[in-house]
Amino acid sequence: MIEEIKNSNWKLRKGRIIAAKQMTDAEKWFDIKLDDGELDHEPGQFVQVELYGIGEAPISVCSSPTKRGSFELTVRAAGRLTKAMHALDAGDYVGIRGPFGKPFPVRVMVGNDLLFVAGGLGIAPLRSLIHYVMDNRKDFGKVDILLGCRTPHDMLFGSEISTWQKRLDVNFLCTVDRGAPDWHGNVGLITTLIPGVTIQPERTFAVVVGPPIMYKFVIAELLKKNVPERQIVVSLERHMKCGMGKCGHCQIDHPKNYYCCKDGPTFTYDEVKDAKKL
Amino acid sequence: MNYHILKKDELDGFIKKLSNSMKVVAPVAKDAGNFAFQEVSGASEIALKYIPTILPPKKYFMPPREKMLDFDISGPQPVDKAVLDAPELAVFGVHTCDLAGIQCLNMVFSERPRDYNYLRRKEKIFLIGMECGDYCDDHASCALVNSHMPSGGYDLFFTDLGDRFIVHVNTHKAEEIVEEMGLAKAASADMTALEKIREHKRGAFRNEIGVDPRKLPEMFDKGAKSKVWEDVGHRCVACGNCTNVCPTCYCFDMADTINLDMKTGHRDRTWDSCQFETFAAVAGGENFREERADRQRHRYSRKFKFPLDRFYRFFCTGCGRCTRTCMADISLKDTLKTLAKETV
Repeated sequence: MIEEIKNSNWKLRKGRIIAAKQMTDAEKWFDIKLDDGELDHEPGQFVQVELYGIGEAPISVCSSPTKRGSFELTVRAAGRLTKAMHALDAGDYVGIRGPFGKPFPVRVMVGNDLLFVAGGLGIAPLRSLIHYVMDNRKDFGKVDILLGCRTPHDMLFGSEISTWQKRLDVNFLCTVDRGAPDWHGNVGLITTLIPGVTIQPERTFAVVVGPPIMYKFVIAELLKKNVPERQIVVSLERHMKCGMGKCGHCQIDHPKNYYCCKDGPTFTYDEVKDAKKL
Repeated sequence: MNYHILKKDELDGFIKKLSNSMKVVAPVAKDAGNFAFQEVSGASEIALKYIPTILPPKKYFMPPREKMLDFDISGPQPVDKAVLDAPELAVFGVHTCDLAGIQCLNMVFSERPRDYNYLRRKEKIFLIGMECGDYCDDHASCALVNSHMPSGGYDLFFTDLGDRFIVHVNTHKAEEIVEEMGLAKAASADMTALEKIREHKRGAFRNEIGVDPRKLPEMFDKGAKSKVWEDVGHRCVACGNCTNVCPTCYCFDMADTINLDMKTGHRDRTWDSCQFETFAAVAGGENFREERADRQRHRYSRKFKFPLDRFYRFFCTGCGRCTRTCMADISLKDTLKTLAKETV
């Protein structure tokens, strides 16, 4: 006998794309409004995006919950689903489940200095926190933002970044791995920016988001500056297929039984330092 | 204690009566000494003595492919509906190892956020256990994890007393069925016979690894870099048989299917395996468990280490299926013994 499972956790919220913009060759930005209200997420959480007939993929929310009415995603065309998503534009619908995951520890960060380190697409999840902090600026101490990307051409959120550069309440530095004729900024890996930043390690939270290869080197620099291990926060990438701590795909190779979708994606370094790969 | 008696020549009538109100499945002999749970209509089809079936009864709780969502994108806004087609089902003849496996899955899927598909299927399944008087074969390691004795998880539980079964009635639903069928109460002689069987089992079933099971999680901590993983990794062909046949493996994938009208379709859950090469890969190209050795260590850790933290129990029920099915002769007992030699 066929019955309906009314409270199924697999049911999808309906998200209408209200704006979309190609940011670089590989990344597209989407502003999505849910038919049933707010996403109600916290900085660092992710959603499952369903393209009916194609499938689902976990995507970090790149806007802050302080922005009301809609939420934003920045999607790199990397896999089957994300490539198909690049064909979508304003007016199209996607299915949304979530938000999922443990957010950045915004409440315990209050009153502390913040050092944000973003590599490549890592700026997307980190942007949800950066905007949150900007919108609650008086709650936090000194704010440093370090950004690294491959070439000037790959830089995301360019116009926003230029406003961060101008703001006096934020210290913003960026670097590119390879320069370009019209580039006058730093050239070199993101690790080269860290020694130049002045911090009080005991009252600093360093939030690091980037490709797996970046963590090892950035964290080594932060430890050299005596940032306590539990004040280094990372956001790990895994392929969460359910978001509910069940499907097994996102389980981290770690002596503790961590599921990236429930116990993460944000972790403090002391929690995950024994992982085989960050 | 609520024990009843069913004479063996009455089993056929029992199965037939049950099948009036629900579908009845039971172990049936297949080719090459294998057994499988499938629908039966009478006792003659049922294998009362059998080695663990090819697939455990988890296939009824979490089918290999299960529709989680129907969708329709023909309108201006997509529409979806979570539908379930689960029959009233009696599973007859479930060994204690498989009952333990179902208890594991119950914990996983009732943990929030809950999986209502699983829970609804579970509600509709009437479980009838069957005691093993002796080992099924050398691959079993049920005594290590203490799943050779019944410890709940069933509606009815049958123990063979020669010409009759003594039947433990464990739920109200079972009580109603037993009453309706007019099963006689067990006499004290029956209880003595049952106790004799249990006594025999306490001697016959011995910890197969020879290591205190409380030491197992520690063995995995100490043996994370053991050579045994390298060895098992070299032999493993990453076919995923071991996880498919495991009564407690529940990892899954989700897949969309769109119908030929290009407007309607469904979203299915399918069994997946942590042994597959791309299981922990991400679209960007990184693979977090690229090596077979890492994937095998992960599989074993998910049986003997991780679930202790989360569920206070092993997720190995000692059924021996992974060993029986392995094309590369990877033996669970041998792996544990080697690991124990290095770490205990």
